[in-house]
Amino acid sequence: MLTSLTSLTQAYTSQELIIAALLIPAVAAVLIPVFYKIPNLRELVTLVAAVALAMCTWSLYPRILAGEVPELKVWEVAPGLELAFKIEPLGMLFALIASTLWIVNSIYSIGYMRGNNEPRQTQFYVCFAVALSSTMALAFSANLFTMFLAYEALTLSTYPLVTHKGTPEAMKAGRVYMMLLIGTSMVLFLPAVILTWALTGSMDFTAGGIIPADGANALSPLVIGGLLALFVFGIGKAAVMPMHFWLPAAMVAPTPVSALLHAVAVVKAGVFSILKVVVYIFGIETLSSTNANAWIVYLASFCVLLASIIAMNQDNLKARLAYSTVSQLSYIVLGAALASAASITGGALHILMHAFAKITLFFCAGAIYVAHHKTEVSELDGIGKKMPLTMFAFMIATLSIIGLPPFGGTWSKWFLALGSLDANYQFACAVFMISSLLNIAYLMPIVSRAFFKPLPGHPEDKPVAIAEAPTACLIAITITMLGCIALFFYVNPALELIEMVDLGNRTDAASALNGVAPTGGTNGR
Amino acid sequence: MSALNWGAAEPHLPILLVMTPIFGALFSTFLRRGVLAWLLALIVTLSLPLMSITLLLKVLETGQPIIYKIGNWDAPFGIVYKVDQLSAYVLCVISFIGAVILPYARRSIAAEIEEPAQSWYITMYLLCLGGLLGIVITGDAFNAFVFLEISSLSTYVLIALGRHRRALLASYQYLIMGTIGATFYIIGVGLLYLVTGTLNFDDLSQRLSTAVADPGMRNATLTALGFIVVGLALKLALFPMHVWLPNAYAYAPSVATAFLAGTATKAAIYLLIRVVFSVFGTALSVEALPIPDLLLVLSLAAMFLASFSAVFENNAKRMLAYSSVAQVGYIMLGVALANQASMTGALAHIANHAIMKTALFLALGAVFYRIGSVLYSDMSGIGRKMPLTMAAFAIAGIGLMGTPGTSGFISKWYLAIGAIDAGLYSVVFMIVASSLISVVYIGRITEVVWFREPSPAAATAKEAPLSMLIPLWLLAGLTVYLGFDTRLTADVSAKAADILIGGIR
Amino acid sequence: MMDALQQFSAHYNYYITIFLMISGLFIVIARGNLIKKLIGLSLFQTSVYLLYLTPAKIVGGTAPIYDKNFTVYANPLPHVLMLTAIVVGVATLALGLALVVRIKEAYGTVEEDEIFTKDPESE
Repeated sequence: MLTSLTSLTQAYTSQELIIAALLIPAVAAVLIPVFYKIPNLRELVTLVAAVALAMCTWSLYPRILAGEVPELKVWEVAPGLELAFKIEPLGMLFALIASTLWIVNSIYSIGYMRGNNEPRQTQFYVCFAVALSSTMALAFSANLFTMFLAYEALTLSTYPLVTHKGTPEAMKAGRVYMMLLIGTSMVLFLPAVILTWALTGSMDFTAGGIIPADGANALSPLVIGGLLALFVFGIGKAAVMPMHFWLPAAMVAPTPVSALLHAVAVVKAGVFSILKVVVYIFGIETLSSTNANAWIVYLASFCVLLASIIAMNQDNLKARLAYSTVSQLSYIVLGAALASAASITGGALHILMHAFAKITLFFCAGAIYVAHHKTEVSELDGIGKKMPLTMFAFMIATLSIIGLPPFGGTWSKWFLALGSLDANYQFACAVFMISSLLNIAYLMPIVSRAFFKPLPGHPEDKPVAIAEAPTACLIAITITMLGCIALFFYVNPALELIEMVDLGNRTDAASALNGVAPTGGTNGR
Repeated sequence: MSALNWGAAEPHLPILLVMTPIFGALFSTFLRRGVLAWLLALIVTLSLPLMSITLLLKVLETGQPIIYKIGNWDAPFGIVYKVDQLSAYVLCVISFIGAVILPYARRSIAAEIEEPAQSWYITMYLLCLGGLLGIVITGDAFNAFVFLEISSLSTYVLIALGRHRRALLASYQYLIMGTIGATFYIIGVGLLYLVTGTLNFDDLSQRLSTAVADPGMRNATLTALGFIVVGLALKLALFPMHVWLPNAYAYAPSVATAFLAGTATKAAIYLLIRVVFSVFGTALSVEALPIPDLLLVLSLAAMFLASFSAVFENNAKRMLAYSSVAQVGYIMLGVALANQASMTGALAHIANHAIMKTALFLALGAVFYRIGSVLYSDMSGIGRKMPLTMAAFAIAGIGLMGTPGTSGFISKWYLAIGAIDAGLYSVVFMIVASSLISVVYIGRITEVVWFREPSPAAATAKEAPLSMLIPLWLLAGLTVYLGFDTRLTADVSAKAADILIGGIR
Repeated sequence: MMDALQQFSAHYNYYITIFLMISGLFIVIARGNLIKKLIGLSLFQTSVYLLYLTPAKIVGGTAPIYDKNFTVYANPLPHVLMLTAIVVGVATLALGLALVVRIKEAYGTVEEDEIFTKDPESE
């Protein structure tokens, strides 16, 4: 299928495909309101755009694998501020995840929004398309300025989605969302960008990083650590505690928003940005040799555990999933902070694996809401009898999050744990293991409750009538659930892509894939 | 390079730029009907940006200032008009804003001003515009005072014509403050004249450098600097001398508010920059008196305190007025840091802020046109009824926050770089932190207009007419466009900053 | 002491100017009556005329019309400048008074504190 797609788009240069990937959702955002009176046509626009976007990204994929690094310099806004795009492997991976899941999510959205009779659907689809366009721009950004631009555009375009319901709670959540995301990005992220420019005279993502740790212009580890702190806290979308409050708050949004944006696009945009900054701005050598990353390792480990513990005490299903996301995002931040080849691989893989698992979980939560209007975990007794497929998918996704084979989550945890040992942070390895136990503790009870507890008010011996969510929702759930399984067996395409990541001169990413620790010799200094 | 051919009028463009609106004002008094006066003014104001752009292009092409000698009297004796990169740039901003508002003004004036006053209102508008252009173009300190008063007097009238009786009081308060400010300025100029015997800016700057050797003269010169800075700070509403501004903007007719917010304070800022940098130079204004330190503290105070006032405001026009005070703080911060990058940021923000704030006030004017109020309680839910108007408002508001992809970001970027160049890292954080407050006040009104249930007034509102939407969207579009294409703002500003910083002795 | 007196007598015009300036400004700030404020403002502006005009007059100087019989002339420029300033001052005063008339019509008073009690928000 991929080969036929590649031959279809052969005529286009990679630059044209980048432009197409950015413009397709944007054009969809313009077309959707045109058809606001004909819902079927309007949804068709979304679906066509989603498929076209995925075709773009998937036909770029083999070219990136072949070693091509397409660049697109759009415009120099001012000296140093250049609007430019460049596809490197991490961005490619992120773009693939977001664009592919957009198709699935669109199918799901149609079922959910119609099943719930939500108001203002046109606005919903428009904002969604704009958010996707911003996500693509972020994934393909070639420098900090472009990334920052896309980052802010993503925040602004998702704000109307969070406040979609227009209720006082939704407005309050919207305020938290805006203040935390815009606030952190303006007060911390922007100064970080400015300081990077002032200190190094460059903002381009460069293999091996641009922050000098030795040589004539070397920066002190303190400055590097401070700058890293500005980035990590400034990129509030990564939900590193204490900047995570927006994520549970954003759960008032309709479930498709929580699913694609607050399990995939927005939060992954955050951790992806951190990963990209660590790899291409700081350079993992710089970080590990100066030890400027140490405190973030501890902080992220703490977040992983604390968020899991908070998740256990949430009765609202979406809130529990949200805290679970906070915890899982910190895995990726931890992977970035460990700054070894294997941990970066693990972090990048976790973006993929967690995306599939968490979107499935959210889809299930939404399906339960559409079919039975239940939102609390304590209401889910015996629901598995009514919605067997949904709850089965929920279980599969849960297992993937925990990291059990044969599900995708296994791989990312494996590489993360390996990376922690490479970087000589043994305790981080322990954190991963404890956290897996905690995952079991907060997700498995939902599954067992759904399947093994009796349905309240229903005689035990009588068969239960099956009442699933709309078909569109079920299709989406099935696809992502199968994705969780397939990614265990077909992890190679993703690994090959991550293998392409240029970590700098002395470290060889390939060695990490073979399970061999990189022999940089800088770690123990 | 210049695409426009002015024929024989070409050498006289500097004087025409000032005289066209002033004579337009004169003739419009004879026109009894508001529509006719408006048509006349439309022609006049549309010609002005063409003139100023021609001047700007010419200056950029040659790199030399254009000197226009009135009555052919040579520089120290006669009055000269001097157009250099800085003044040509500010001329473009002011004349552009003046022209964009006019197509919008027709319906707004018809709705807000009673008929016999309509043509006089246009008269005052043109007079004010002429005065502001005069302040910027003149190369003579006393002439600048005359133009300052021409624009101020007409501004008082523009404000007093607001519908609410508080407009009268606001105008009166502004008259008192404005006159004190202008008089302070003229006292300073008088002292300079006593020291040097000249009023020409260039001549003044040359003679001052030798005159200050004498200690008595030096004291008089520094006193003059103090008077001028305080006087102009009053005019440009630098915190804490801004108290006249919120009421004046809030109760003036919509057109006047939009026009003044975009232009009036900018002309005063120009004059301050001109006097401090071109006339006094660093030797006096930086080393002898800590003017930049003072401006730095005041502008930081403006950025925070005025922004806080905006957060708790319930009248949208007053909210934006406080925001203007804060934004003036940004511009003055760039002036106070006094290096190449910060000055570029300050000058770029003159244009960027003029465009954004005018767009915001025009949007509010359209709301006022439809529902007769700009109180938050009346505006709630108006976004659903006037989506195009409020979408433009949102875009300009996002620009005000300094989000990347809008012109506000460009100014902030240069200001921050300037702060780093000056070694003031904490100021970088203050710049971004205060723009966070603007997120709060813009976010608050956005929430009111888009996500609340429509108020009784808003429920029956219709979208604004096309004549209002086109200027509004032009400015909103420019807010985004100038966030990407900075050749017109930051590049020109950088050249102007070169001259200012280079002019420092 | 003598020095100080001499200094004073040589520059007495400045002391008068400064006195007028400060008293004018004081009236503007201290008075609550809108008309009295305008009078103070006018006084303040008038002081500037003196600031410009008094140094322009040279003792024994005459009007600057070229004539063989005279060698010392007064400087004409400040006089011209002050003509303009007087025009500006008169215009300001007239506009201010017109505003006060309208304020009186609208509020029924010209006392600042009474106006503020009628319109508490306008402060």
